[in-house]
Amino acid sequence: MTVLLIGFGKAVFIWALALTCIPVLIWFERKGAAFIQDRVGPNRASILGIRLAGFIHNFSDVVKLLTKEMMVPAHTNRWYFTFAPFVGFTVILFAFAVIPWADNLRFGGWDIPMQVSSLNGGILFILAITSLEVYGMIIAGWSSNNKFSLLGALRSSAQMISYEIPLALSLIGVFMVFGTAQLGEIARSQGDLLFGFLPKWGIFLQPLGFVVFLTAAFAETNRNPFDIPEGESEIVAGYHTEYSGIRFALFYMGEYVAIVLASAMVTTLFFGGWQVPYLPTERLTVNADTVLMVMLLVGAALSLVSAVLFIGYDKKLRGKWPKGDLRNQEGRILTVFAVGALVAHAAALVYFGSIDLPEWGSATVALLAQIGAFVLKLLFFCWLFIWVRWTLPRFRYDQLMRLSWKSLIPLAFANIFITGLILLLVGRAGS
Amino acid sequence: MVTIHHYMVLSAVLFFIGVFGVLFRRNLIVIFMSIELMLNAVNLSFVTFARYTQSMDGHVVAFFIMALAAAEAAIGLAILVMIFRNRSTVQADDLSLMRD
Amino acid sequence: MELVIFYTLAAVSVAGALLMVTRKNPLAGALALVVSMAALAALFAMLHAEFVFLLQVLLYAGAIMVLIIFTIMLLNLSPQELKERPVGKLKGLVIIAATVVGFIGFIRVLLQLPEGVRFVSPTFGNIEEVGALMLTSYLFPFEVISVLLLVAIVGVVILAKKVI
Repeated sequence: MTVLLIGFGKAVFIWALALTCIPVLIWFERKGAAFIQDRVGPNRASILGIRLAGFIHNFSDVVKLLTKEMMVPAHTNRWYFTFAPFVGFTVILFAFAVIPWADNLRFGGWDIPMQVSSLNGGILFILAITSLEVYGMIIAGWSSNNKFSLLGALRSSAQMISYEIPLALSLIGVFMVFGTAQLGEIARSQGDLLFGFLPKWGIFLQPLGFVVFLTAAFAETNRNPFDIPEGESEIVAGYHTEYSGIRFALFYMGEYVAIVLASAMVTTLFFGGWQVPYLPTERLTVNADTVLMVMLLVGAALSLVSAVLFIGYDKKLRGKWPKGDLRNQEGRILTVFAVGALVAHAAALVYFGSIDLPEWGSATVALLAQIGAFVLKLLFFCWLFIWVRWTLPRFRYDQLMRLSWKSLIPLAFANIFITGLILLLVGRAGS
Repeated sequence: MVTIHHYMVLSAVLFFIGVFGVLFRRNLIVIFMSIELMLNAVNLSFVTFARYTQSMDGHVVAFFIMALAAAEAAIGLAILVMIFRNRSTVQADDLSLMRD
Repeated sequence: MELVIFYTLAAVSVAGALLMVTRKNPLAGALALVVSMAALAALFAMLHAEFVFLLQVLLYAGAIMVLIIFTIMLLNLSPQELKERPVGKLKGLVIIAATVVGFIGFIRVLLQLPEGVRFVSPTFGNIEEVGALMLTSYLFPFEVISVLLLVAIVGVVILAKKVI
């Protein structure tokens, strides 16, 4: 029974993490696009005067999408039309079952692996789920009874299945180097040091594999520069042209969840996953008091800096809006929050400085540090996706297919051969 | 407790549904999918035997059957598309040039 | 508990298969078959066949069925073209009788099977074990399958070309 509850808790945690990244990503996308294009970006929506630099736009978007008229065009097959966005959104959430977010939680008699399922073929599982993603697009494009949708769906699914091959082939190199397909083991074995000073991350062991994997991941999630299927100026909106309201929201969110999944894969396989660089789990648990002090100090410093910034913001806002407008209060409210956070951190510092951490306390501190490292790396790669989208122009469709079949697949094969050769020379082959 | 008989009966039922599909339906695509269903039923019985005799040979054979089914699907569908291009029909009854 | 899960998955699988052979529209049949294959994949997982479960989802449900659905969409058959000439009454009865007799005989032989081993080792069905077996006892079929896939790829490209 406890096993079931623990598994359920882990599933809830990773899904909450994936789904919370969606509004963060939407905010990144808008503000990042604005930053790259040298403009300000949306900053008008506000709740009781707080605008949070445009984060509130997510909530207003949700309200808009939920209350929009949900049109079902006349000559479509109603069943398939309704069912396609759900497939597109739910299938990709299953792939998070094998992503590890921390090392095993060890205290007392417990040894809980921090991934929902320690499947022995974790890499293959994610590949299997991404190959099921194609159905959402095909059914959506087909049931819309619209030439643009059908063309977009066919192009998109052909693109996805063409890029599955270099994706899988680049993973074979990873498989060979780490000797296992279980994602928890792969993340754990990236904790050692390579040549004495570099952390043994996947990118130093498999640079070519990383490049191939990243390119194929961009194409798998239909992101620029591979977004012919849904490019706005190319094909109206491809397979989700006819969708409005909550159904479009599901496609949109499904795309962002795919980005989060691809970033999670890249961090786990090539950048050490949850490993804090140079600090393996044992060192973290042994020095848990110091680690906790450091984390609380960093938190207090951030709160202090933000409190100062918000006081400056409040001074700038003084009298900007007409009297009685709630937006005048924004600086003050944010300052109150920042000062409250500062006080909380200081109190925690005083409290934890005076007591000794019990065994489960040090395990929890290590856990939090590793979750923090994982989330930071994840957000960095999500930002990379957004950065590349607003920087590079789009590939033409035949250029895209040529890239996959004539460039990425030979590169991936070359990667496998070179990796095998090096493993043979080093003497690790057959281990 | 699930025994070997449960899985084997399920495999037999699926196989015979596939046989019905091949014999009763005249649409070439449905015949093709019924053949895939029969291959799946055979996979299930191979894997069941592997589990209940503790040997992994069944898994390897299932893998080979899947690879073979993929190759067969590709070629079969290519032939089907060519038939449709030439004769504009996918009904098995209309492909009767070699009769009489 | 295990029995309940087995019966649910078996019911989904058989329902999907039945839907597939009875639908006039092949696209509906293909989607029903995908659901049936997914249920079969879950059954493979219940049988501790991890590698086969992953391959079933990856290959069958994710690649072969996508190919079939592509073809169905490419052909784009109208309801007129989908009309089938029904099988004659006598022929139908003979087929059903023969199938039922075959099925009953098959079941009678099956029920004489011994119980089999209950226990499985924890690494049963692992990728490593399947790989080890494939590269030792089944090396020749493994190489032949790769040649077969190459022949299939070349064959499909030639078949689909309009001008050779």
